[in-house]
Amino acid sequence: MTGENSPGAAAVPLVVTINGRRCERTVPARMTLADFLRDELGLTGTHLGCEHGVCGACAVFIDGRSARACLTLAAQVDRCDVVTVEGLDRFEETGRLRRCFSERRGLQCGFCTPGFLVTSVELLRDPDREKPLTEDTVREAISGNICRCTGYQGIVDAVLDADTSE
Amino acid sequence: MKPAEFAYHRPDSVAEALALLAEDPDAKLLAGGQSLLTLMNLRLARPSAVIDIGRLGELTRIFDDTDDLILGALVTHRTVETDPLIATRTPLLANAARYIGHIGIRNRGTLGGSIAHADPAAEMPLAAVALGATCHVESAVTGRREVAAEEMFESFYTNSLHPHEMITWISVPAIAPEQGWGFVEYAHQHGDYGMAGAGVLLGLDPERRIASLRAAVLNAADRPLLFLGEDVIGERPGPDLWRDLAERWASRTEPSSEDPGYSRRLCAAALAEALTAAERRIERGTGAIG
Repeated sequence: MTGENSPGAAAVPLVVTINGRRCERTVPARMTLADFLRDELGLTGTHLGCEHGVCGACAVFIDGRSARACLTLAAQVDRCDVVTVEGLDRFEETGRLRRCFSERRGLQCGFCTPGFLVTSVELLRDPDREKPLTEDTVREAISGNICRCTGYQGIVDAVLDADTSE
Repeated sequence: MKPAEFAYHRPDSVAEALALLAEDPDAKLLAGGQSLLTLMNLRLARPSAVIDIGRLGELTRIFDDTDDLILGALVTHRTVETDPLIATRTPLLANAARYIGHIGIRNRGTLGGSIAHADPAAEMPLAAVALGATCHVESAVTGRREVAAEEMFESFYTNSLHPHEMITWISVPAIAPEQGWGFVEYAHQHGDYGMAGAGVLLGLDPERRIASLRAAVLNAADRPLLFLGEDVIGERPGPDLWRDLAERWASRTEPSSEDPGYSRRLCAAALAEALTAAERRIERGTGAIG
């Protein structure tokens, strides 16, 4: 693996579990996890907004913790367990959260929704968090996700509802 | 907004990583990648090679030594934030980690990566300087050495390491029972870069006079600035002293903002608040825990 001008040389073999399915590919070293999910696997639920870690639309789970797929190389998730928004049904919180997003009008245009769902599912599952959640806690937890429709209030309400309706 | 081409290496040992680093002075170490991949996506960084050290599990370990906590360079900010041992032994470090970006960033970003990145607005460099941490550095060319945190940061995103050197461990002095700490950061919203921030480690003697005092501030110069309260040793703590000290220290900052006067006032306020918090923690006897 040498020579920046020889693209073939910078290809990395990859074995990864995505939403419970084993996946084997060879990817360019510079391909991000977000592009791998979207372009290679067709999992277009993971959205790309800013591509430098600010907006949170590309949030996915890597080995059980949320991460930004735009700030992760596909090569880095070799042998990891990745869950995207398409695979969130494996968590029992997801159905409830989805319903609360709808009821509380937290969906707006929907572009940011996958990232908000991932971040919120992680928050609801966090064993160390205070119970029940407060508005401040939720706002701090989702501060890394940007909604360009400014639908924050509905999203905060939805997460609080999902927390107390478990 | 995609990284330029680079060669990719994923070493299985520290020795292998060091050998790769020694071969290519233009290579970059990739730990959590939360700063490096941002720079690469924006093409502000175009390393010839990326050495992905994320799999060096030994560097995620934490050792509780007699006077220090020894943290692997790959300990994540989220671990620093939530680990009970770290919260007890170096509470300032644990508290400062809460202010780093957002949870998805903290889940992957690492202590060693943040220190190596040397962002003057970052929390971990500030905490390392305030606490008097020591970086253990290794190289395939020159062997091992130790670098004090206050010697590590030279300027914006510039550390004092040679290109062939890598931070492997960070020793952080544990808080003593007679010590108190304070950490204060002002930002527009949680997770933003701090406009001003201060970390304070204060020690009082049995007569409640100042026995030791270290403070550091972020985003107030091209590197985290350290202030030592040597001239107030033996004095009684209190609001007037803290205000005076905070203003004197803030006047020595070198803010690069559009309004340096405003930055200095914010810095003074953060310092005064952190100094007061440190004193309160000693009074309440919650120095080590709270």
